[in-house]
Amino acid sequence: MDAAHAHGYGHGDHAHHPSGILRWIQTTNHKDIGTLYLWFSFSMFLVGGVLALMLRVELFQPGLQVWRPEFFNQLTTMHGLIMVFGAIMPAFVGFANWQIPMMIGAPDMAFARMNNWSFWLLPPAAILLVVSFFVPGGATAAGWTVYAPLSTQMGPGMDLAIFALHIMGASSIMGSINIITTILNMRAPGMTLMKMPLFVWTWLITAYLLIAVMPVLAGAITMILTDRHFGTNFFNAAGGGDPVMFQHIFWFFGHPEVYIMILPAFGIVSQIVPTFARKPLFGYSSMVYATSSIAILSFIVWAHHMFTVGMPATAQLFFMYATMLIAVPTGVKVFNWIATMWKGSMTFETPMLFACGFIFVFSMGGFTGLVLAITPVDIQLQDTYYVVAHFHYVLVAGSLFAIFGGVYYWIPKWTGYMYDETLGKWHFWLSMIFFNITFFPMHFSGLAGMPRRIPDYALQFADFNMISTVGAFGFGLSQLIFLWVVIKCIRGGQKAADQTWEGAEGLEWTLPSPAPYHTFETPPVVK
Amino acid sequence: MLSQSARYFIPEPSRWPIFGSVALLSMALGAASWFNGASWGKFLLIAGVLILFYMLAGWFTTVAHESEGGKYNKQVDISFRWSMSWFIFSEVMFFAAFFGALFYMRVISVPDLGGLESQQLIWPGFKAEWPASGPGIKEHFSPMGAWGIPALNTLLLLSSGVTVTWAHWGLLKNNRMQLIWGLVMTIALGMTFLGFQIYEYAHAVSELNLKISMGAYGATFFMLTGFHGFHVTIGTIMLIVILFRCVAGHFRPEHHFGFEGVAWYWHFVDVVWLLLFIFVYWL
Ligand code: HEM
Ligand SMILES: [Cu+2]
Repeated sequence: MDAAHAHGYGHGDHAHHPSGILRWIQTTNHKDIGTLYLWFSFSMFLVGGVLALMLRVELFQPGLQVWRPEFFNQLTTMHGLIMVFGAIMPAFVGFANWQIPMMIGAPDMAFARMNNWSFWLLPPAAILLVVSFFVPGGATAAGWTVYAPLSTQMGPGMDLAIFALHIMGASSIMGSINIITTILNMRAPGMTLMKMPLFVWTWLITAYLLIAVMPVLAGAITMILTDRHFGTNFFNAAGGGDPVMFQHIFWFFGHPEVYIMILPAFGIVSQIVPTFARKPLFGYSSMVYATSSIAILSFIVWAHHMFTVGMPATAQLFFMYATMLIAVPTGVKVFNWIATMWKGSMTFETPMLFACGFIFVFSMGGFTGLVLAITPVDIQLQDTYYVVAHFHYVLVAGSLFAIFGGVYYWIPKWTGYMYDETLGKWHFWLSMIFFNITFFPMHFSGLAGMPRRIPDYALQFADFNMISTVGAFGFGLSQLIFLWVVIKCIRGGQKAADQTWEGAEGLEWTLPSPAPYHTFETPPVVK
Repeated sequence: MLSQSARYFIPEPSRWPIFGSVALLSMALGAASWFNGASWGKFLLIAGVLILFYMLAGWFTTVAHESEGGKYNKQVDISFRWSMSWFIFSEVMFFAAFFGALFYMRVISVPDLGGLESQQLIWPGFKAEWPASGPGIKEHFSPMGAWGIPALNTLLLLSSGVTVTWAHWGLLKNNRMQLIWGLVMTIALGMTFLGFQIYEYAHAVSELNLKISMGAYGATFFMLTGFHGFHVTIGTIMLIVILFRCVAGHFRPEHHFGFEGVAWYWHFVDVVWLLLFIFVYWL
């Protein structure tokens, strides 16, 4: 993405700009910061991926072969934390940085300096998480949900994770404030709210969710911290507290959090599908309303994660129906994407492949979610591999596939070169196939009762797990193709046209490829 | 071509953020080591805090210079307004988590522990009356009464809301004396509040045996009032900075978001206190 830099650098203020590593440390340019976010996210994706493969190695066969059980739990926990907070969320913020200013015709983010800090808070958090493996007792092993009382009892690794979460939370809040302000206040003349590209809309709503729930997570882990070191009894029954209270507070954050990880993905897919169907998005305004209702509903469904904890039957009924209600706006979206494709003149370049793969496989994840929302069923399935299958269908085939699709879609604009289409297609098909090999069997092992977060299992689950492990290694290796495609595309290739995709609409395609370092210094007028 | 600052303001590359990141990293490493028994952790923590202050001072000085240098147009002003509102909203949600914990303990967990099942099987003899510590805590404490210092503190904070508004009126009328005296009074009220709060804590620990380890009541009392007090401290520091800027002649009737942002923050802290007074001290 250096190419992007070199291109638009003939600016008068050359002298002010530091070069080398300092350029990246001090940058206030949304494109630089977007690039930083995306590379950070990809490195965390690799770290988290290696942890996942370490898990799958142990699960290849029943019995304990490779890791001590305590270490296995650390791997599970850190895999979850790193993927959620280090890989998926920063990737979407990277997209927001690159794309939102270009899509709404703004010269940069509203607070360019704070934008820099939002990014540069992430490496310290990552350092804390990685360091925590090497302190006495190792990393936290309480699961990414850091439930009390596990989390109130563990060693120093837990404290490091708490502080890492605090810092990443601060980064998310600042990033979100920046994004909201940019969208509300920096749009080009004529770019009314209801003309904004859907990716911008989904980020506006995501940012609102982030500001609403990240502080709640901060509160919850602060209570853990004080329970650990300062003698409070929030999560201790002997002191009038309750470990279940932690779950309530956590999931009040946690459920909106899963939508934080999927709404921008919806946005990306809503950009890609119309482009390659060569038709405008079907039902634009219903997409906006569906996204908003998902966001609002996401605040009142949290206890579907806690059906087995024990709560009044009325509460169970409420949370069951509220959860099922979310399937309605989600269904609206899937319907609209398909209706957009209906009778379109479609082509299937890599971004479109990922978008179609997303729609197909994410919907399966949505359905298993619906199954889990049924209280009596969930009481059987809670904490089994069925849940693991569910959330990997929505998070890997959902969020991650949309991220890949988005990278293939916009990377010509970022680097000025086309990516290698053949390799891109290989990346898609291998990811798609290995993804399903890895996670589809988990539905069965889960239905058969295999508990999650356990290094050993009963013999009848052996075949399913063996298949999953083989698939996981295939999936992991396929991602190296992606790395190769991206590096290749940065270094050169076929020149990308300004209007890279013939069916694409939007301000970003009116800019040269690669997009100059500074864009829209004079705002465009949107008709 | 119009330069970027004609319409929008985009800052030059900045070295402040990275100082902030280094500061938070050393604070986190320091605190984690210190809490787990490594005494050197303290020093790392303090070093981090100092770097953080250095960074904040530098960053805000830059912002003040840019503002007084006329770099912030109307649009930047609106951006500041949006961002401060959303920041305050995030703070509201932070306090919401702790108020949520208070309600949960008062309405669900403590009554549950005194319920029939717990009574007979686990905690015989525990009476679930608020204020309660918890069935496993044998020490006794007295709760903090509402009508002594807390009521006085309510009065102090409410009046400080008035004085800061009066100062704002002074700024709008370009009456610098009213502005400066209004701020001085607000700061004095804020500091008196903090002084009383410290006295109240000392009184709680020494005479009421009310400590943070006193179960449900102790934890919620000290965490809620503690975080509130922390916010008052930050608010007071910000007011002092604004006072110095006013004395230095900063701000104009039509351009003073720095002042207003702090005033908004102060009102927010005020509202949180009212909720605290009602739900922690009074009811
Ligand atoms: C139709 C929409 C959805 C429904 C009805 C739904 C429902 C559920 C339910 C009931 C559970 C709890 C299962 C259990 O622990 O027993 C669950 C877990 C989970 N869901 Fe979903 N879900 C939906 C969409 C999503 C999406 C879009 C994401 C993320 C992108 C997501 C991520 C997760 C995660 C991460 C968990 C597991 C959390 C954990 O225990 O570690 N879900 N879902
Ligand atoms: Cu959920």
